[in-house]
Amino acid sequence: MTALPASTNKKLGLVIDLDTCVGCHACVTACKGWNTQNYGAPLSDQDPYGDASGTFLNRIHSYQVEPDQGLAQTIHFPKSCLHCDDAPCVTVCPTGASYKREEDGIVLVNEDACMGCGLCAWACPYGAREVDEAAGIMKKCTLCVDRIYNENLPEEDRVPACVRTCPAGARHFGDLADPDSDVSRLVQARGGVDLMPEQETKPVNKYLPPREKDTLQAPEMSGEEDVLAPFLAPVAEEPKGFLGWLDRTLEKL
Amino acid sequence: MHPAPSVIIFSTLSGAGFGLLFFLGLDPDPPRGWVGFTFFAIAYALACGGLFSAFFHLKNKKNAWKSYSQWRTSWLSREAWAAVLALVVMGVFAAGLVFRDTHFAPLGWVGALLSLATVFTTSMIYAQLRAVPRWNQAATPAMFLAYALAGGALLSGRETWSGWLFLLAGAITLWHWWKGDRRFAEVGTTIRSATRLNSGVTLFEAPHTGDNYLTREMVFRIARKHAVKLRVIGLLAASLVPAILVLAPFDLGFAAKHALAGLALLIHLGGVFVTRWLFFAEAEHVVGLYYGAHLDRQAA
Repeated sequence: MTALPASTNKKLGLVIDLDTCVGCHACVTACKGWNTQNYGAPLSDQDPYGDASGTFLNRIHSYQVEPDQGLAQTIHFPKSCLHCDDAPCVTVCPTGASYKREEDGIVLVNEDACMGCGLCAWACPYGAREVDEAAGIMKKCTLCVDRIYNENLPEEDRVPACVRTCPAGARHFGDLADPDSDVSRLVQARGGVDLMPEQETKPVNKYLPPREKDTLQAPEMSGEEDVLAPFLAPVAEEPKGFLGWLDRTLEKL
Repeated sequence: MHPAPSVIIFSTLSGAGFGLLFFLGLDPDPPRGWVGFTFFAIAYALACGGLFSAFFHLKNKKNAWKSYSQWRTSWLSREAWAAVLALVVMGVFAAGLVFRDTHFAPLGWVGALLSLATVFTTSMIYAQLRAVPRWNQAATPAMFLAYALAGGALLSGRETWSGWLFLLAGAITLWHWWKGDRRFAEVGTTIRSATRLNSGVTLFEAPHTGDNYLTREMVFRIARKHAVKLRVIGLLAASLVPAILVLAPFDLGFAAKHALAGLALLIHLGGVFVTRWLFFAEAEHVVGLYYGAHLDRQAA
């Protein structure tokens, strides 16, 4: 039955640091690589060298944020399945292919039972599920279930491929049900948040908001400056030292 | 949402087919013999034609039989059950009328309820989706039921009933549009809640240069000016014109009356097709926000 478990023993998931992510797409490539060569139907591409389109379980959006004060920022935003506690994709499934595991909370698709109706992808507010056009079945993040328990791999590799590959350390994997786990403490310390809380999906994955930028901020602007004003603003109001002496001497000439 | 022709044809035709089965099941003196056979043949052609069309929408058809397993949680599974049960029960009921000249009324009542339940379960597949706010409202099942009953009434020869049901369906459609235009803001999902970033968030770069399953399936955008024109065309054809054709007090002969009813039916089905196309094309999925779409729909 595609009923959700009343509770799960663990809540394995990801914590994604929007402050640290540099938008390199290494996690996208690692995810596609691992999940094409291992469990389940491969993630196909259609016309990869033309109008490239294909199946990805992890995609990086980039957003421009213009705060009320200070300069605009670019935020790279990785998005994959959030392994929700109240996953709407699971309960809508008519065939029983979609399920959430009681032992660790991972949301998976049994590919042998999927009929490719696509209703679970409609039910997901985050766009975490994609029908593979070649295989005709629903694909989604498995949290690399074939890595994290895989005793054939060295211990440091028993994390999702995206986490293992991230060169910036922006992705963290762990049990979010355990308040003392590294990921839970990270969420606590950095004020981790849920995406679209009003959709009431109770996502397990958390996002750490970007920190306030300090030294790179521009001076206060009145709104009438030239667009280049931040770069033209004086670095020091009163020149000091040798350059200060030189400045004053040249002024006198 | 992408307006897939197979799903639009399915819900338009099978709605009318199950509506006809509903009226045949409740009829105190249902048609028998060859006349009965014709009525039931039309109902089954519409209902099954629609179901086949939906079946071809599946990308992995060999597992379709498994969709009967999850009736406890899934509206799509319930729809599959309701459709098969309605067709089987009404099939037995029809066999009695056509071949044995026997009217077993209670079986017809059960079949009528199951036919209506099929239309209701279809509508709940859409109405349950919080991620598509325009569908996630009470007017969605009301609209599907009203169109099924209106089409079924006319197909079963109840002109006066169908006339008023056409007008009712039109009114519910207006309600669905009025409420639907506000639902996105009511649900409250915005690009800020989607990214949890502060004010002034805009898409800088999409994840990939090409499109993908999500953008093709769920980020469908329709030109607003065309939507208004199509709404007017849909409402006229699905509701007002057929209502006038069947309710107008012309004193016509038998043949002319049937010709007019046939014309009303064709115009009505065309109109339902247009409104059903809009039902999909206008529906905004919240995932569109991640791709920079539907910003005009979100709450301020």
